[in-house]
Amino acid sequence: MASSLSAVGWNIRAYLLLARMWIRVSMTYRASFVTLTVGQFFITGLDYVGIAIMFSNVDTLAGFSFSEVAFLYGGSALCLGLADLVLGNIERLGTRIRMGTFDVMLVRPVSVFVQMCADEFALRRLGRITQAAGVFAWSITALDIDWTASRVAMLPYLVATGTVIFLAIFTLGAAVQFWTAESSELANAFTYGGSTLAHFPLTIYPREGIKALTFVIPLGFVNWYPSLFILDKPDPLGLPPAIQFAGPIAAALLSVLAAIVWRRGTRRYQSTGS
Amino acid sequence: MVSVIKVEGVGRDFTVRKKVGRLRRNAFVVTAVTDLSFVVQRGEMVGYIGPNGAGKSTTIKMLTGILVPSTGELTVAGLTPSVERTELARKIGVVFGQRTTLWWDLPLRDSFELLRRIYRVPDPRFRTNMRTFSDLLDLGPLLDTPVRQLSLGQRMRGDIAAALLHDPEVVYLDEPTIGLDVVSKSNLRDFLRETNRERGTTVLLTTHDLDDIEQICSRVMVIDHGRLVYDGGLTGLHQLGGARRTLVVDLVEPAAALELPGAETVRVEGPRQWLSFPADASAAPLIADIAERHEVADLSIREPDIEAVIKQLYTNTSAWSSPPPFVE
Amino acid sequence: MGLLYAVAHLSFRRYSTYRAATLAGIFTNCVFGVIICFTYIAVWEQNPTAGGYDVTDALTYVWLGQAMLMTVAMWSGGATDELAGRIRSGDVALDLHRPVSLLGWYLASDLGRAVYHLLSRGVAPTIVGSLLFDLRYPPDVLTWLVFALSVALAVTVSFGVRMLVSASAFWLLDDTGVKQLAAVCATFFSGLTVPLVLFPGWTREVASLLPWASYLQVPADLWLGKLTGLDVLAALGFQAIWTVILLWACHGALILANRKVVVQGG
Repeated sequence: MASSLSAVGWNIRAYLLLARMWIRVSMTYRASFVTLTVGQFFITGLDYVGIAIMFSNVDTLAGFSFSEVAFLYGGSALCLGLADLVLGNIERLGTRIRMGTFDVMLVRPVSVFVQMCADEFALRRLGRITQAAGVFAWSITALDIDWTASRVAMLPYLVATGTVIFLAIFTLGAAVQFWTAESSELANAFTYGGSTLAHFPLTIYPREGIKALTFVIPLGFVNWYPSLFILDKPDPLGLPPAIQFAGPIAAALLSVLAAIVWRRGTRRYQSTGS
Repeated sequence: MVSVIKVEGVGRDFTVRKKVGRLRRNAFVVTAVTDLSFVVQRGEMVGYIGPNGAGKSTTIKMLTGILVPSTGELTVAGLTPSVERTELARKIGVVFGQRTTLWWDLPLRDSFELLRRIYRVPDPRFRTNMRTFSDLLDLGPLLDTPVRQLSLGQRMRGDIAAALLHDPEVVYLDEPTIGLDVVSKSNLRDFLRETNRERGTTVLLTTHDLDDIEQICSRVMVIDHGRLVYDGGLTGLHQLGGARRTLVVDLVEPAAALELPGAETVRVEGPRQWLSFPADASAAPLIADIAERHEVADLSIREPDIEAVIKQLYTNTSAWSSPPPFVE
Repeated sequence: MGLLYAVAHLSFRRYSTYRAATLAGIFTNCVFGVIICFTYIAVWEQNPTAGGYDVTDALTYVWLGQAMLMTVAMWSGGATDELAGRIRSGDVALDLHRPVSLLGWYLASDLGRAVYHLLSRGVAPTIVGSLLFDLRYPPDVLTWLVFALSVALAVTVSFGVRMLVSASAFWLLDDTGVKQLAAVCATFFSGLTVPLVLFPGWTREVASLLPWASYLQVPADLWLGKLTGLDVLAALGFQAIWTVILLWACHGALILANRKVVVQGG
């Protein structure tokens, strides 16, 4: 136990070392770092402007007001942004394998997962995170809600579970590339697709869709179920309220799955060499 | 003597999918390495050569833990590479010829700093090593230059220093001198010899440059078609598969090309004739034969050129799969 | 002409070798299509005539958007990215002194790519979309032809914009910022994020005049039959004007670049 704990500690330290190195790299091109960070702010910002434009044509969307949708959008974008910051470039696995640079990682005394997570760590993603956090914060002030202690406590819970779920999805998407190196775009369907989906109330989907997003691909736990609690909305599926607190279970299951697939993937790489 | 690398009956197959027709793909099993067995002792410097696609990099990948062998067993520094890959990583150094492991946009110094932490090299050790490398590889003036601005030779020096920073027991060098100028090559070889002598580092290097081998390796392993066809000293290579020596005779009187059993006259220039004969045959009966027919003014024997031997090996690989492997 | 056709054909073939990537891309297009469709259903449920579209128009627009996304290379990519690479490596000096027109060469190559992306990443998601949702189709052959022409112009306009972005690499050390800005503008002002018809007030009119409007909004309006008679010609004319302006600008940029390369030796 002690040794595995120290292994975790070592891997986190190694991650920070590698990430710091990449930050130094990005600082050598300071002008472009600033442009890209600001650019990231606007890119995701335009998604939000898009939602605002929709609301210039309607007052509510599936029973949700603009500030409520902004809350969903902010939460989802914040979780995605944080996960993307932590390990966004893991999706380059296929490219690394093709270029043969993955082998270089395999001969270093650090877990390849950690090395892939930290690969070309992009601090510029703070631009996107800032934007999402801004919208999230604005929506919190704009919402007409009685902020009880349990609701406030729900906020960090939402961000934490949502981020872990996206971390697991990023990992799964990357691990698939051990089998098909060209499939990096497949992961986008689940990461960016998942985040886009979570911008809006799930009530816009048919019941089967919501069920699938709860029990099959647990994107509903990113922000939907915590938001039902915070916004005091009825659950369209009529599930017991406990489901609103089941996020950590979903996140843990998904993480275990991601870990298994990643492990299998590296084993496969070691046994096929491609 | 302590053995550092032990390879026993190691084989490695790959499944390759080939297109047949428009959509169908059939799977073929390709054997990259078969029944590979060798032992490398601590402090040996071994050249590992063979034509492209012979199985060199497959072997290196298995020795580093990147690939799992299909059959057989291997240990490096007492560890099973594919199972204990990250532990092994601390005990080995790898230089992948064309791919740098340094941080492209940052000064060389930063890469060393990072590797120091990643390999957890104790401070005093790091300082000593940096001093040594700066002296021997002349890295001092390069430390503050971003890697992307280094020349190929400078970068290779950096890569080699990076691979040796944590005092690995074994170093694998893949084509370390490729693309370097004569001076850089020679400096690099001096450095490797020095490191080997001072620290007892075991070195396994693949190369296409036979000077590398002649100048630094005490032992050569030749792999071809996935099999070890030669393992031994440099001189023994001469006898490998049809290498020939040349007997140069100066006759007193010019004569027609000599026709002798077991030798072939390859050139005639006035009284001087060149006769080629198998390297493993004795020259004595040949000389006796000639002396019987002509008056001989002078004689000399030329040993086969290793380069020529290897060149023959590379160009004529198909001829090599049939004869039984020669192992000293 | 024969040479340019060969260039386009080669480019088509080159892109068609990435089969797994294409399949993955089609899947992603479909997922996004479905997500956006349900969002639009919710919008048009609240306001059944938003932007002058009915819900069928809106859903059709979603799938046209997914189809045009790769066809016009909204987020860059394609032949123009190669140019940027060749500028950085200095190889472009060779290109500039070839006897063929650099612009023609890259345009042909990009059109070849666009045809491939239209047939794969364009057609496949649209078929999936038509199976899942009730969509609207051009009523007659003429509309199909007009749409096809409009798509060709859309690709050319987008090529012009991307070419200018890539050519900026002649003057800027690092063009990633410009490239990102271009991608943002393309995504937003093409109507991919939200149809331009939903833009409020004057912003809609301004957006409809920008070159990006010809990427998606114009072809979509033609497909949906929102434009009739002279309006059709006006829409095509709008795209054609931007085509001419942008290609002319590209031509000028390459002349300036050539001068720069000659003077500074790259």
